[in-house]
Amino acid sequence: MSRYTSEKKAGKSNQGLHTKKSILLTVIMGALLIYSLLPLFWLFVNSTKTQAELLNSFGLWFSGPNALWDNIVATLTYNDGVFVRWFGNTLLYVVVGAGGATFLAALGGYGLAKFNFPGKKAVFAVVLGAVAIPGTALAVPTFLMFSQMGLTNTPWAVILPSLISPFGLYLIWTYALDAVPTEVLEAARMDGSGEFRTFFTISLKLLAPGLVTVLLFTLVATWNNYFLPLIMLSEPTWYPLTVGLNQWNQQAQTVGGDVIYNLVITGSLLTIVPIVVAFLFLQRYWQSGLAAGSVKA
Amino acid sequence: MTTLSTLPPSGQTLPKTRKPHVQKRDWTGWKFIGPFMIVFALVLIAPVLYSIYLSFFKDQLVGGNSFVGFENYGQALSDPKFWESMGRVTLFFVVQVPIMLGIALFAALAIDSARLHLSSFFRIAIFLPYAVPAVVATLMWGFMYGTKFGLVGNLNDFFNIAIPDPLSSSWVLASIGNIVTWEFIGYNMILFYAALRVIPTDLYEAASLDGANAFRIIRSIKMPALRPAIVIGGIFSVIGSFQLFNEPSILQSLAPNTISTYFSPNMYAYNLSFSGQQYNYSATIAIIVGLITAVIAYIVQNSGSRKEA
Repeated sequence: MSRYTSEKKAGKSNQGLHTKKSILLTVIMGALLIYSLLPLFWLFVNSTKTQAELLNSFGLWFSGPNALWDNIVATLTYNDGVFVRWFGNTLLYVVVGAGGATFLAALGGYGLAKFNFPGKKAVFAVVLGAVAIPGTALAVPTFLMFSQMGLTNTPWAVILPSLISPFGLYLIWTYALDAVPTEVLEAARMDGSGEFRTFFTISLKLLAPGLVTVLLFTLVATWNNYFLPLIMLSEPTWYPLTVGLNQWNQQAQTVGGDVIYNLVITGSLLTIVPIVVAFLFLQRYWQSGLAAGSVKA
Repeated sequence: MTTLSTLPPSGQTLPKTRKPHVQKRDWTGWKFIGPFMIVFALVLIAPVLYSIYLSFFKDQLVGGNSFVGFENYGQALSDPKFWESMGRVTLFFVVQVPIMLGIALFAALAIDSARLHLSSFFRIAIFLPYAVPAVVATLMWGFMYGTKFGLVGNLNDFFNIAIPDPLSSSWVLASIGNIVTWEFIGYNMILFYAALRVIPTDLYEAASLDGANAFRIIRSIKMPALRPAIVIGGIFSVIGSFQLFNEPSILQSLAPNTISTYFSPNMYAYNLSFSGQQYNYSATIAIIVGLITAVIAYIVQNSGSRKEA
């Protein structure tokens, strides 16, 4: 009988916990939603305006003829299509930088989780310590070092530092502890599989949700990187979108500079569209990877 | 850290030619961690060592580069510009970080509560600003703040109110705080939400059997489970505050008179190097900021784990 009542009670409170929607909570969260989306709405609305309408119309609503297409064409063709070049540079930095960072973090995190090797504790201390060292604090010395090595103003100056993601290593390491059972690795060894073959054929698949999580974060970090390319690159030919956009914006402040606010705004919109699409596409996958990483800290 | 406790005594080490068993200690792991560590040494360890080296020298007009010991450090510690910038970022993180983490925490609990309509839509939409580059975020908010596109003026007219100029010297720090909050609420929310997702639902059932209501469950089950994630979010936010650079330096072109070249320690170090060619002094500032950041991150981590005990 007591079993019956407790089941009934549990069922009832479960219902209370999981199905009763709160309108008040939805309204409060709605305010946060508006805050989150308002600037993006502003960006879209203003990408549809001509330079003149930008300065004369209410910022949060459409006005005048729809100039979105004209603005896009102008953005892509301004200054011999330098925006397209910046777009290509950003893609290069992202594919090699974020892809490489994810791969190195996967190899290393898996190594930390599944092998016992001399110096492991030291690797651990140094890498975890590095998470606390702010990347930007190192930027100036890194610039000086790279400039002596002749690496500044080349893509390598942006790509090399992007290859290291201590947080990514940490996520893969915590994820691999649970996601790759030691018994599976032992079985593979019994079958005569080499460590790297096991890694590429078996372990990588098991690590997939963790990898997507790390890829998401390194992707966002390299696509959005501003400080590093700003100091490393002196010629616009190697700029990523972020540095190029800000240069366009600053151009309006200089005496005699071409005022191109409509291009700054449309360029900003074009810059966020690919990353937002990647984001929405990947978001289905990363949840479990992040969950595994965040609880063990 | 759990793996560290399973290390066998060092006496059991086998020759490295043996096929490795996971618990055996050999060099195989280095084949995996090696590539990471090589690049790590080049882009992290070497610059740290190089900047320590630089901080002990001074480039003088007469006599060139000479060793000066701790002179640069003495200069930095008595430099009013340095302390002004440190004070500003300290004020920034004392005010901005709790607001941001508080909102993120509320949002994560709301989305996890199952009492929200369309909760997965909320989750994605609030996380979305994290994908927006700081440059674009600052340009958008900067234009909205600014008089050029009239949004603040529009609102003043429309509601017949007087919003103070967000780019005036008394409001610019708060305006930057708003941009940073906008960028990172979603990131922290997801961090917290992920931690909430792994709480076994049996715990909620057991608690509600004991008569716990939603708030009691939050206080006694959810908050303790969230603590590690809150500590991580706190550490990243403190590091981010001390490293403040992108938002103020991009806003500078819209508000050149209110944002100085030493607005944040990082802007100061940057300008010392790239406008002033004072590389040694700049490296010294970077080291001091790095040390202070590490100490505060350590304090945040410690206070987080002490509460847990």
